[in-house]
Amino acid sequence: MKPSSHNWKIACIPFCVVGLVVSLVAWASSSPVAISPKAPALTVDNSMTSTVEQVDQFFEKQWAKQQTTPADISDDYLLLRRLSLALHGTIPSLEELREFEAMQGADRIQRWTQKLLEDRRFADYFSERFTRAYVGVEQGQFIIFRRDRFKAWLSEQIQANTPYDELVRTLISAEGLWTGDPETNFITSASADGNLDRNKLTGSTVRAFLGQRIDCAQCHDHPFDHWKQSDFEGLTAFYGQVEIQVLGVRQNEELKYEVEDRETLKKRTVSPQVPFLNECLPEEGTLREKLATWVTHPQNRRFERAAANRFWGLVFGVPYFDPVDDLPAPTDLSESDPDVLDILGQDFRENGYDIKRMIQTIVASKPFRLSSTSQTDDNEQIERATDAWALFPLVRLRPEQIIGSMLQASSLKTIDQNSNLFMRGRRFFSELDFVREYGDLGSDELNDFPGTIPQALLRMNGEFARDNGSASMLNSVGRVSQLDISDKKRVETCFLVCLTRLPTNLERDHFLKQYQSATNPKQREKITEDLFWALYNSPEFSWNH
Amino acid sequence: MFDSTYLSSKFSRRDLCKVAVGSTLSFMLPGFDLKAAQKRGPERQKSVIVLWMGGGPSQLETWDPHPGTAIGGPGNAIKTVVPGLQISDMYPLLAEQLEGMSVIRSMVSKEGDHERGTKYLKTGYRPEPTTVYPALGAIIIHERPNKSLEIPQHISMGNTQYPARGGYLGGYLDAFRVQDPGKNIGNMRAGVGSPRQNRRLENLDIVSQAFQKGRTIQTKKTLHQSTIDRALTMMSSEQLHAFEIEKEPDSVRKAYGDSSFGRGCLVARRLVEQGVHSIEVNLSGWDSHANNFTGHQTQAKMLDPAFSSLLKDLKARDLLDSTIVLCIGEFGRTPKINPLEGRDHWPTGFSCIVGGGGLKGNVIIGETDPTGKEKKPTEPVQIQDLYATILQNLKIDYKKELISPIGRPLALSDGTPIEKLI
Repeated sequence: MKPSSHNWKIACIPFCVVGLVVSLVAWASSSPVAISPKAPALTVDNSMTSTVEQVDQFFEKQWAKQQTTPADISDDYLLLRRLSLALHGTIPSLEELREFEAMQGADRIQRWTQKLLEDRRFADYFSERFTRAYVGVEQGQFIIFRRDRFKAWLSEQIQANTPYDELVRTLISAEGLWTGDPETNFITSASADGNLDRNKLTGSTVRAFLGQRIDCAQCHDHPFDHWKQSDFEGLTAFYGQVEIQVLGVRQNEELKYEVEDRETLKKRTVSPQVPFLNECLPEEGTLREKLATWVTHPQNRRFERAAANRFWGLVFGVPYFDPVDDLPAPTDLSESDPDVLDILGQDFRENGYDIKRMIQTIVASKPFRLSSTSQTDDNEQIERATDAWALFPLVRLRPEQIIGSMLQASSLKTIDQNSNLFMRGRRFFSELDFVREYGDLGSDELNDFPGTIPQALLRMNGEFARDNGSASMLNSVGRVSQLDISDKKRVETCFLVCLTRLPTNLERDHFLKQYQSATNPKQREKITEDLFWALYNSPEFSWNH
Repeated sequence: MFDSTYLSSKFSRRDLCKVAVGSTLSFMLPGFDLKAAQKRGPERQKSVIVLWMGGGPSQLETWDPHPGTAIGGPGNAIKTVVPGLQISDMYPLLAEQLEGMSVIRSMVSKEGDHERGTKYLKTGYRPEPTTVYPALGAIIIHERPNKSLEIPQHISMGNTQYPARGGYLGGYLDAFRVQDPGKNIGNMRAGVGSPRQNRRLENLDIVSQAFQKGRTIQTKKTLHQSTIDRALTMMSSEQLHAFEIEKEPDSVRKAYGDSSFGRGCLVARRLVEQGVHSIEVNLSGWDSHANNFTGHQTQAKMLDPAFSSLLKDLKARDLLDSTIVLCIGEFGRTPKINPLEGRDHWPTGFSCIVGGGGLKGNVIIGETDPTGKEKKPTEPVQIQDLYATILQNLKIDYKKELISPIGRPLALSDGTPIEKLI
């Protein structure tokens, strides 16, 4: 009896393991948030409408002056695609398209924007984009730099709609451990080889938050800007008392900031000083707190303009001024009219540096709604119209956007935080693999480079493309092939799922003919696979337009 | 006969030609022979092979041994065929093949971090946040493209965290990465047979045309179609055979060693024969903070057979005169041996081997202090000087200034050629 009962116990172990795994998976795949946010009632106030009008007037004046006719207004489907790509980094799902179609009212695009902004996917996607701007893409020294924690922290801030100035102040002045106080990773990211590179901190502070590149001034006076080496040193001195210890990032009032003179090789102490707006520097606080207050001071217009330019860039894929962190100095507004960044910046400042509000303003403005097609084939006219934002620019999607879109297109349902663990896990790993293989543009993400051959090969023949493009019970390719709908509807569904638009007549006829020649379900499946393949590899799929 | 193992037999070159008619590069499809190996003298363009030692090899356990000293550790040195040149005894095969190669034992850098050091050593410029500098290989093909190649002109083999990049010159100059050289070049095979592939390409054409309507000029600028065409051309190119080493005799493959690095070196030779000018082969694993001596033995077992076979083969095929081979990592290692029997990062005073391609051979430059007390070596050589030397040797005007994206004029290299090598 005894051995057999023993055996019985052993036989139970696999069942227990299976049971444990099942319950773990069930727990993990249960939704972390109760329900996906429904499209909220609109909270657009009059002041925002007036800002949008000001932006539109600015452009209309410019177009009239340059005798440029703006492109037509895009249809709602296309706007939905642009919005999803800009705010979530994917294309909209069929499920979302249907939900949108069911919405009524002239303001439904605005309400939809608000829904996208409330969705966790917005905070997660934007936190990655902000992280790139603040600390770059490198993983850095693991022991004292945790990019993942930093990103997660930013995501929380964005979700909570922390005022942007407060967020920036925290980054510059935070103290604590990089694990427990992840915001301090902004400081520790500048650490290399056991040393804190304070020059790097100055460079990235000024680039990320003030939209200026003064890195050249680290070694010499800027060749064609007004930045002096002393400006750089003076700013760096504000980081002179920060040190990284076992207990984390700390202020040490004892520290003096010294630089080595390049000529005499002697050390000299540099005292903190700002290159302009000295009156905005507070009396109280640690050096970093002072710097943080100065950077985000309401009178420091570079701060709000830099934010506006960056958000514009994130929404359009091209910043208003390119490169994103090399802005011209603000003009005297008593002498010249405000430009777009001034208008957006003022609204930002007067409304509590509300990130979501600024984005809503940008996407509500006319340039975001214009079509990317033009009547003319004249290169010069097209270039002029694009420069004046009278034509929506064609912008290459980032690797995350492409893989995000491929994954979304392979599912009829929305893939988000409510998706099951399998879907989310798949997304996570596919994204990592794909981005690695696709090649990351790094921090130059807003620069415009054409795609590469390895990328084309990956999209056409890659393992992921093959898996995603082969019909199965679970993916959209298989589902669309099997659905009991007319072939016309089938073609339309494929186009909606991949390109967020209906096919043209020519396209519809081309694919209908293929379906009509199919004599059995297997053939229909292959036709759908080939249709999806073409859509995945089309320029339309990997370019925002 | 068309018999590539990489290409699906179902999807033949002829099928592709049919579809490719009208595409921008189809005129290139008829096979004309471009093999560099069949050209002689000035007709043949020079190539550069960089053997990248990722992690930073110890100069003391490679090309700058100090046997019998406190800093030298347990290692010994052996004579090489180059008069006066001794290297670590872990490289007996290489010692016999170094004829015509030179050693610099006094490379100096200011970057002691892997990432920054790698970027500096691969580009000749210290990294800075606002500019991504192009790697040596990218500069070469930017200045001297080989337009008749159907396969990529800039290739990086083996796993590396920081492959050679095109930097501000453009993403299209990024090295084409082959993770597992000699085995798989990845994504070269169409997912379906030829009739279906044709249908797919026809479908793509229909969808692309619809998109182009009203955006003709803008879509052309994206180069999307031409990139796809070039990818298709590559998929069916016979030049892909250069990546295959199955056809090499067993003895040859064995000589290079059955490691990713060994296979990479063999493929590198085949690519040079084909006419590829910029090749990088990566051997990582040199970061020996602990167990420096056993670690270097493991590495040497991969490097010695591969490097020596590469040199031997290039000489036998009369290719070394037109091929610069550079073996270098991001920095060296401390003379001081730490308590874990390891050596730490040491950017001042490390070694590299360089030669071929018409550079002066059998030259030994600089030396490090055998006591390890003196940090700086004699005759220090800056990284940028090494690149200026290589570029000048390739008849590329290294002083030529290009305008970076932020409007700053930047020379291809701001170094000065090393006189002893030219």
